[in-house]
Amino acid sequence: MTAPISRRSTSRFEGYHAPRWAEPVVHELSKAGRRGLVFDCPKTEPNLPEMARRQTAPDLPEMTEHDALRHYLHLSQMCLGMMGVSLFGTCTMKYNPRIGERASLEHLAHLHPLQHPDTLQGLLEVYAIFSDMLCELSGMDQFVFQAGGGADAAYTHACVTREWLKARGELGQRDQIVTTIQTHPCSPATANAAGFEVITLSLEEGGYPSLDQLKSVLGPRTAALMVNNPDDMGIYNPDIKEWVRLVHEAGGLCFYDHANFNGVMTRLRARELGFDACMFMLHKTFGAPKGGGGPAVGAYGCSEELKPFLPGPLVVRDGDRFRLEDGEQSLGRVREFMGNAPQVLKAYAWARGMGAEGLREAADLSVLANNYMDKRLGEVRGVSRSNPDVDVPRMEMTRHSFEQVTADTGCTVVDISMRMTDYGIDALWLSHEPWLVAEPFTPEAGELWSKEDIDYWIDVLAAVVDEAYESPETVKSAPHKAPIHQLKGDALEDPARWATTWAAYLRKHGAPVSDRERDQETPFPIGGQSA
Amino acid sequence: MTRPRLGLVVNPLAGIGGPAGLNGSDDAAAIQRAIAAGARPQATERAARAMAAFRRESDASVVTGPGALGADAANCADIVPHFITGTAEDTRALVAAMQDRVDLILFCGGDGTARDVAAANQAGVPILGVPAGVKMHSGIFSRTPERAGQGAAAFLAAPQHPTELVEILDIDEAARARGRLSAEVHTVARAPLLQTALQGPKSAGNSAVGDLDAALARYVAEMQPGVTYVIGPGTTMAALKDRLGGGTLLGVDAARNGRIVGRNLDRAGIETLATAGAVRIALGVVGGQGFLLGRGNQQIGPATLRRVGRDAIDVFCTPAKLAALPRGLCVDTGEAALDAEFAGYMQIATGPGRRQVVRVGS
Repeated sequence: MTAPISRRSTSRFEGYHAPRWAEPVVHELSKAGRRGLVFDCPKTEPNLPEMARRQTAPDLPEMTEHDALRHYLHLSQMCLGMMGVSLFGTCTMKYNPRIGERASLEHLAHLHPLQHPDTLQGLLEVYAIFSDMLCELSGMDQFVFQAGGGADAAYTHACVTREWLKARGELGQRDQIVTTIQTHPCSPATANAAGFEVITLSLEEGGYPSLDQLKSVLGPRTAALMVNNPDDMGIYNPDIKEWVRLVHEAGGLCFYDHANFNGVMTRLRARELGFDACMFMLHKTFGAPKGGGGPAVGAYGCSEELKPFLPGPLVVRDGDRFRLEDGEQSLGRVREFMGNAPQVLKAYAWARGMGAEGLREAADLSVLANNYMDKRLGEVRGVSRSNPDVDVPRMEMTRHSFEQVTADTGCTVVDISMRMTDYGIDALWLSHEPWLVAEPFTPEAGELWSKEDIDYWIDVLAAVVDEAYESPETVKSAPHKAPIHQLKGDALEDPARWATTWAAYLRKHGAPVSDRERDQETPFPIGGQSA
Repeated sequence: MTRPRLGLVVNPLAGIGGPAGLNGSDDAAAIQRAIAAGARPQATERAARAMAAFRRESDASVVTGPGALGADAANCADIVPHFITGTAEDTRALVAAMQDRVDLILFCGGDGTARDVAAANQAGVPILGVPAGVKMHSGIFSRTPERAGQGAAAFLAAPQHPTELVEILDIDEAARARGRLSAEVHTVARAPLLQTALQGPKSAGNSAVGDLDAALARYVAEMQPGVTYVIGPGTTMAALKDRLGGGTLLGVDAARNGRIVGRNLDRAGIETLATAGAVRIALGVVGGQGFLLGRGNQQIGPATLRRVGRDAIDVFCTPAKLAALPRGLCVDTGEAALDAEFAGYMQIATGPGRRQVVRVGS
């Protein structure tokens, strides 16, 4: 809903207003007998076991196709439609080329994972070639696409580590996984879930933990190191090779969470830094869509040494044919079948379209865009950046802070983010927890956004900060031009009121939502944000 | 159920010493010097900001004191009659007068005000601080006046009125005058349990306290029979003591074989335990400056620490509290050589199966 490029200037900020529809819940739109498509009734009763037969028909809304389309279009219009300028750091927001949707519809819609592999040769070839491409980018020897997201790939690594230790007779003895406070929380979480104890290193003067700190925790209990680099603040650890050497010397594995790969694509290979395994997010770096927690793919790659432990089935090249194979030492499955094949196909198409030169150019653009933003944001009143004393260049993102603005005006980063909604800007990405930087925000432009988009985003931010100094109440009570104004959010804390299904809503509230004042209270969680 | 009511108490002189560089506004002479130097009180303005945020989200009635004690910052409030003396007695009298009429006391001031409020609040009404002082080491303060107002509104609106225990700290002024920064836990108070104000769109709920409690549970489960556990003061350690049958909040206690065996031990008592057999020491972190030893737990003396050794000290703290300590942790055992031995990297338990490495300075 961002204004067209030609009209973007501070003087035109005031023109925006989000559409607002008095949109009922979809169940309230239901009218008995309405249909989108009418299917023939089956001639015979389906042969189902008694236990599996429904006693009553499901309570689904009955509506026409265009009613349904209009309903969801209205909802998307009331949540910025995910088409605004969204510089959402650590997420590498990219346009998802529509040709990917078409490719997966045309080529995958009629396939089933239980088909004989002989009839899935095209898909298996895509998996094999894409694994080769990612091996070229990372230096690893094999990729597997089973994990349903980045955290799932981190979990895959924790499980691979377990199997590797088991094979060496060290399981139980090596029970600690080392990570850093600026590594994505999925690394410690999945290490814990796989039964390891987690040792988290703190940041020091250089913006990352010192070698001495790392040495203080390494020993006979060390199973693995799990880190991302550059970290969440966009700082690249210059000692990373030494880190890997020390962990290997102690007898542990090294896993590189490549969530922040965008700024270093084709510029470094995890394996050449010494890492044993790494992970790419196809739904971030590789142009496949993401949203709502899936479907996503965490592509997990590893060295020859770890390959036997990978989750199966692996695609194996056999002359000009491909087959699926489960290794004897495989950890089993982390997800059904071969993972989210449509996402793999879309990412493959994206990477083929980009080519090696395209990826390199994209990486350079990401760093250029970020450093441009860093410079401009540094000129905005009251905005500072993390580790101001660290002068190494930031990679694809930088963590900034509104701490001074908050101290001067009382307007917090959340207030400012809400006010930016009034200009069609999606919520800012703040920081993972705990917050090491007060009132943090972490924009990332990647290679997609034009200079005009980035300028518009920063212009809006600067205008809102000015407004915070001149008229803080306007900022604190934002949004004013969004379809829904500030939520108190207390309904989300109250089990007696929240409802995530229509059945739960009727049980807890008794009456349809249209009988209530929608403005006052929204009983359905809208997004994750509350104020 | 009657409608919830908010009490508002403003210390009009809070923070007046700050801009004048006076390290606090505790004594009358300092206040006079600050006013003479042209300092303007800001507490009323900050209280008004908190009340504006409160009013946006709540229509609860408000009880406060006359003039600068609250009425100046809050429109349409019930005024408790009180003759203003211009001393800490105002805060104490106002709190005492309103404590059985309100469901939450929102006070505006600093650590000194917090101590006065807590001392007069015999009924144990939950309290929440609007930051306006020079020193604000206690966990009772919101980060901004607006957050205090929003927090108060959210607390009064929540049917369960959820609370947590929070430490009230203050700096020892006599020690500071001698050049030593020394935050002490004075007492604890009930404060609204607020969601870490306004979570970002990608973050989950705050489960740090639950994580720490689970770490304590595991610690108790893995305690070795026959070993004496010397347990320090503070709310985190009180939760550990609760799991062992209950101990003191501000004292150093000892446990053996799953039960508390000694309460409020002094230095000699602890040293006797340490010479008698195997000992481990469990500690929390005193907020603000991040002292591990030497603040509020001086009962654990240098002799004991030397005997027990660094490796037998187990520390528990939430990641958020560690994140707020820019210079890491520090120790002040009273002996420089021992401090140096305790310096270096230390692993702090932050959850079950989770430890964070923090640098300990001396």
